[in-house]
Amino acid sequence: MALILKNPRDYPLEQLYGKIMMFQINMTSEITQILLNAQSVDGTVRKHAEESLKQFQDQNLPSFLLSLSGELVNEEKPVDSRKLAGLVLKNALDAKEQHRKYELVERWLSLDVGVKNRIKTCLLQTLSSPVHDARSTASQVIAKVAGIELPQQQWPELIGSLLLSIHQLPPHIKQVTLEALGYICEEVPPDVLDQDQVNKILTAVVQGMNASESNNDVRLAAAHALYNALSFAQANFNNDTERDYIMRVICEATLSPDMKIRQAAFECLVAISSTYYEKLAPYITDIFSITAKAVREDEEPVALQAIEFWSSICDEEIDILEEYGGNFTGDSDVPCFYFIKQALPALVPMLLETLLKQEEDQDQDEGAWNLAMAGGTCLGLVARTVGDDIVPPVMPFIEENITKPNWRQREAATYAFGSILEGPSPGKLTSIVNVALNFMLTALTNDPNSHVKDTTAWTLGRIFEFLHGSAMETTIITQANCQQIVTVLLQSMKDAPNVAEKACGALYFLAQGYEDVDSSWPLTPYFQEIVQALLTITRREDAGDSRLQTAAYETLNEVVRCSTDEIASMVSQLIPVITMELHQTLEVQKLLSDEREKQYKLQGLLCGCLQVIIQKLGSEPTRYVVMQYADQIMGLFQRVFACRSATAHEEAMLAIGALAYVMGPDFAKFMPEFYKYLEMGLQNFEEYQVCAVTIGVVGDLCGALEDKILPFCDGIMTLLLKDLSSNQLHKSVKPPIFSCFGDIALAIGDNFDKYLMYAMPMLQSAADLSAHTSAADDEMAEYTNLLRNGILESYSGILQGFKNSPKTQLLIPYAPHILQFVDSIYLEKDMDDVVMKTAIGVLGDLADTLGSNASNLIRKSLSSREFLNECLSSHDHFIKESAEWARLALTVAFGHGASGYCQCFGNQWQPLLETNPTVERRKNYSATS
Amino acid sequence: MPTHDLRRPFKRPAISDQQKRRELSLLRQEQNRREAQLQARRLASTVLSLQSGTSEPEPSDPIEVEIPHELDPESEEPYDADCSPRDITDVRQASKLRGIEGRRWFARQLMLPEWMIDVPDNLTKDWYVLARPAGKRCFVVSSNGTTVSRLRNGSVFHHFPSALPSGARTRENCGSALSYCILDCIYHNIDQTYYVIDMVCWQGYSLYDCSAEFRFFWLNSKLAESGACEPPTHYHRYRFSMVPVYNCDKSGLLMAYTGAVPFVKDGLLFYNKHAHYQTGNTPLTLVWKDEKCSQYLIDTDSKGEIPSEQQVVLGLQNDGKLTTSDDPPVVFGCLDEEFIEKSGLRCGNLLRFAIGGGGLTFADGKLEKADIQYVGKSNRVRAFADSYSKVIFQYMARRTPLRVVDLLASISLPNDQEDRTSDAEMDG
Repeated sequence: MALILKNPRDYPLEQLYGKIMMFQINMTSEITQILLNAQSVDGTVRKHAEESLKQFQDQNLPSFLLSLSGELVNEEKPVDSRKLAGLVLKNALDAKEQHRKYELVERWLSLDVGVKNRIKTCLLQTLSSPVHDARSTASQVIAKVAGIELPQQQWPELIGSLLLSIHQLPPHIKQVTLEALGYICEEVPPDVLDQDQVNKILTAVVQGMNASESNNDVRLAAAHALYNALSFAQANFNNDTERDYIMRVICEATLSPDMKIRQAAFECLVAISSTYYEKLAPYITDIFSITAKAVREDEEPVALQAIEFWSSICDEEIDILEEYGGNFTGDSDVPCFYFIKQALPALVPMLLETLLKQEEDQDQDEGAWNLAMAGGTCLGLVARTVGDDIVPPVMPFIEENITKPNWRQREAATYAFGSILEGPSPGKLTSIVNVALNFMLTALTNDPNSHVKDTTAWTLGRIFEFLHGSAMETTIITQANCQQIVTVLLQSMKDAPNVAEKACGALYFLAQGYEDVDSSWPLTPYFQEIVQALLTITRREDAGDSRLQTAAYETLNEVVRCSTDEIASMVSQLIPVITMELHQTLEVQKLLSDEREKQYKLQGLLCGCLQVIIQKLGSEPTRYVVMQYADQIMGLFQRVFACRSATAHEEAMLAIGALAYVMGPDFAKFMPEFYKYLEMGLQNFEEYQVCAVTIGVVGDLCGALEDKILPFCDGIMTLLLKDLSSNQLHKSVKPPIFSCFGDIALAIGDNFDKYLMYAMPMLQSAADLSAHTSAADDEMAEYTNLLRNGILESYSGILQGFKNSPKTQLLIPYAPHILQFVDSIYLEKDMDDVVMKTAIGVLGDLADTLGSNASNLIRKSLSSREFLNECLSSHDHFIKESAEWARLALTVAFGHGASGYCQCFGNQWQPLLETNPTVERRKNYSATS
Repeated sequence: MPTHDLRRPFKRPAISDQQKRRELSLLRQEQNRREAQLQARRLASTVLSLQSGTSEPEPSDPIEVEIPHELDPESEEPYDADCSPRDITDVRQASKLRGIEGRRWFARQLMLPEWMIDVPDNLTKDWYVLARPAGKRCFVVSSNGTTVSRLRNGSVFHHFPSALPSGARTRENCGSALSYCILDCIYHNIDQTYYVIDMVCWQGYSLYDCSAEFRFFWLNSKLAESGACEPPTHYHRYRFSMVPVYNCDKSGLLMAYTGAVPFVKDGLLFYNKHAHYQTGNTPLTLVWKDEKCSQYLIDTDSKGEIPSEQQVVLGLQNDGKLTTSDDPPVVFGCLDEEFIEKSGLRCGNLLRFAIGGGGLTFADGKLEKADIQYVGKSNRVRAFADSYSKVIFQYMARRTPLRVVDLLASISLPNDQEDRTSDAEMDG
């Protein structure tokens, strides 16, 4: 394996052929060993083998892939090398990162058809291997190839060949074939398979899952395959007979003696509950019996799925009812069948029973998920679904258990109470909570069980979250009990980490409820004490290992956020405290990697806290306090950047955005030093959140510095343009980049002219792409609207930036396209309110900046008038505001030298002036009298 | 095949604090962007003109003469338009001006109607009519949490909180620093109400370049919305009110002329629908009155009595010419150097004259000769000389006034003017 090929271009053709052949032979004979070495326990051997594989792949991909498939199919090879060959092959077809995945797809599609056919033949042949790992790996690779080829209308015979004589196959091959079908359904989008293929797959899968199938492995594989195939089964679920059959087979499978099959069958039911909610009515009674039995009697993995079924039904009904809420006719796409309401008398007792099945240490275990947790979560969802109706069936359970000597009963009762606080109306809950509040405060102080205290503190948090705040009619917190509440919560912050964390959470919501108070802030007397207690927590030895530290800072942030101006001076005293903490984290050197991660997390929290304080003190007159510390704060942030931790970087960046906003033009002094970190952020494709946040900060800087940002614009614009053309960068970052162009243009005015030739073509092509939302799915439509908004904001900024400048004429050539864009998105009729607001504003900006140059175009445009009228009659304040601006700008643009504008925009206000004189007079009289 | 993770958030808030910080930052950036856009959109169209030209066409209404004002020796000095601060481009900057500078700046921001000395063509088609409330003409500016009204000569009249956008420091009304308003008003003392007769800026958007038709529409839809028409409260010292505007057809004119209004009428205002708001004198807005719709048809003196002879205020020019405030000025006569020196007069002084028995003589519709006699220096509150139309209107009022029947007659005439215009266009 010492042979290293030079660049193929260095060899004459015949020689090259010979070399490749030789190489292939060498590789093929050695590939087994390399694959085995790649799994060696010896790190050096392993590393060398991995390098060899990479080299082979880079130098001759077709040969590499052929070797791998040859290894996989070869029954004489060791199982370990075969299995790894399959996995390497699979990784050569798919990747997690979007751009890498795309590259791999393109690479496969461009391979020679002969090579691909040979690989595919090997894969299909491997399916009948007696070695389980080999055939199972092959089934996964087949799905990856199918995922690439089926959408391209390639490999059309695949499904047919898999299903051919499936009934005659020996069980182990039948099993792997069903697995392959399942993986294929997971890989390809539903519209790729035609109904005939879907029918065949479903037939095979459902038959495989049927009780008459004696082999449990086959049955399990079929159940898993069905789970993936369900999204293809729209037509079959519309057919009563077929649906009945599928549902019967699934329900029977929930009774299988094999636990895994029962679990898989319930997974199918969960999937059906969300995909085919509206088809469930005939089966819901039977499903209830099945799930109730499973919850009470079956093993935990099965019982958890059974509970999940009801949680999922709640999700559906909450969504539907929410849609009803905005629409009094109840005219929703999907009707609500009120399954939860109907099942309530049986469902609630079943869920309450689960609450008593807590695990001893579940509160210490971050990854815990058990019957009690799932049951309580489901109860909370049920409460949100049925509202007031949840209270009567739950109250007796609470009353009966909350004072019992057994901690499980007290905890279950408290958890039930906490779970039903969201959903019912405050009117239904207030009197109960008024009685319970004191009890809870006592329990949090005195209950001997930590589990009970944890849940009690959490329940108090829920009480404050849902029943306390300026929007409430009756308040449950008075001046008298406020002091008691704060005292108890601060006391609990010294308790075990999980209890202290929940106490922080309760304080968080207590503070949140006091946001927007008009009179003096109720927490003012306790502010110092609260801050002290929270800072003490952050320094606890055991805080860093749990969520406690985070919870303490989150609570501190919320207390600061909701505080009123009267304690601004106390808030400002926090700046030196937090900067000192941050300073200390930066002084600690040489940590183990585990400790370093904790340090980064803490730095992120401290930067976040500073951000909140800066924002709070940002307005006059307290902004001078912030300015005082600006040098010190910036110095620390730059040291945080130097640590290169993504979380801390993002938090520091957000804080700097807030600082720039507060400082305004004075921030300019930091720019020379800060600029390199800005560059760093804009180039961070991998941690795209950092990139996104940095783009936002550029927006802040534009607002703060205005034309003082000019010296840095060449660099910033270059990086933003690079970001836009990168397919590595997460797509969610792109719309804000366009908006950022607008911010820059507004800040630097017609100095933007030199970027026009780069920015405008990008904007135009993005505009063309986003003009039509071909995609049916909501997510894509939402993204398209985000993109449109970014593009339009960019146009707005550029147009306004150039206003009153002699360079305005540079924009004239772009005007028709901009107008066309606005026209086309109007005609699409699928823009959201935000886009509508921005688009109508752009129409005004065109008229405002380009005057008569634009008015002639607008006069000719298809829909401007209609669009404007629609926006003017909108109920959305922002759309209206923008539309009125546009009308004003258009009136001025048309008014100059032309009286014909009345035909365009003049008619709407005419009738208003011709009010009946009598009415007018009466109005005036009544106003005086 | 892996089983599907079904863990749900447990005892946790749904949104992390970090996510909240991100969202709040985005919100701030969005708001800033919106503010910046609004600012850009407003600034450009808010440039107020600083045209020179001195004018004062309105009747010296008796109340106004008695306005108390701070004595400022500078106000006696010759008025030179060039000395006003040139770099002022909008009212926010202007509102920072103090004393004489502020007064001078604001004194030239009002649109001043000419007096109707003949009936314009196309009254019905192109004009609005409204009853003019009697009172002090004011320029009302709300900005930065306060409202200031200034009289025609630019001096501050009231300083008060109002429900106009940015007109008071209240939570709902704090608005942005940019959302100032400028209204053209008449303060009616009896019901302590500002009657809005025109809207110049609203929430920072300038309406200077908009037609009267549009300005009235905007006024109609915006003023009531702001709550400024509500009765006074602690944060809203004076009530604002609109004046009904009619199309100047027969019924509209009669409504304005005879219709009952909650204020004391002082004549009628006519607005050309297509005209923009133009500072200084304009023939596209006209004022007319007779004794039926105004208590002050003939000018009174400072004691409120009608002088036996018509009084006019004229400006003294370099060369001794006596001119009106029009642009270009109309010359009524000339003072010789000796007289100027003897009386201690200086260029730019406003001088009061009486029209003698010889009256005014016209040729081809232009003033040919005027018999005027020097009375003395004008009241120092005066910022401008009389306009030509004012002098002529007063002159006619004492002899052959333009009567309401003349206006009505012109409306009921078959409108051949329009046909002629369109013919001309077709020829062209």
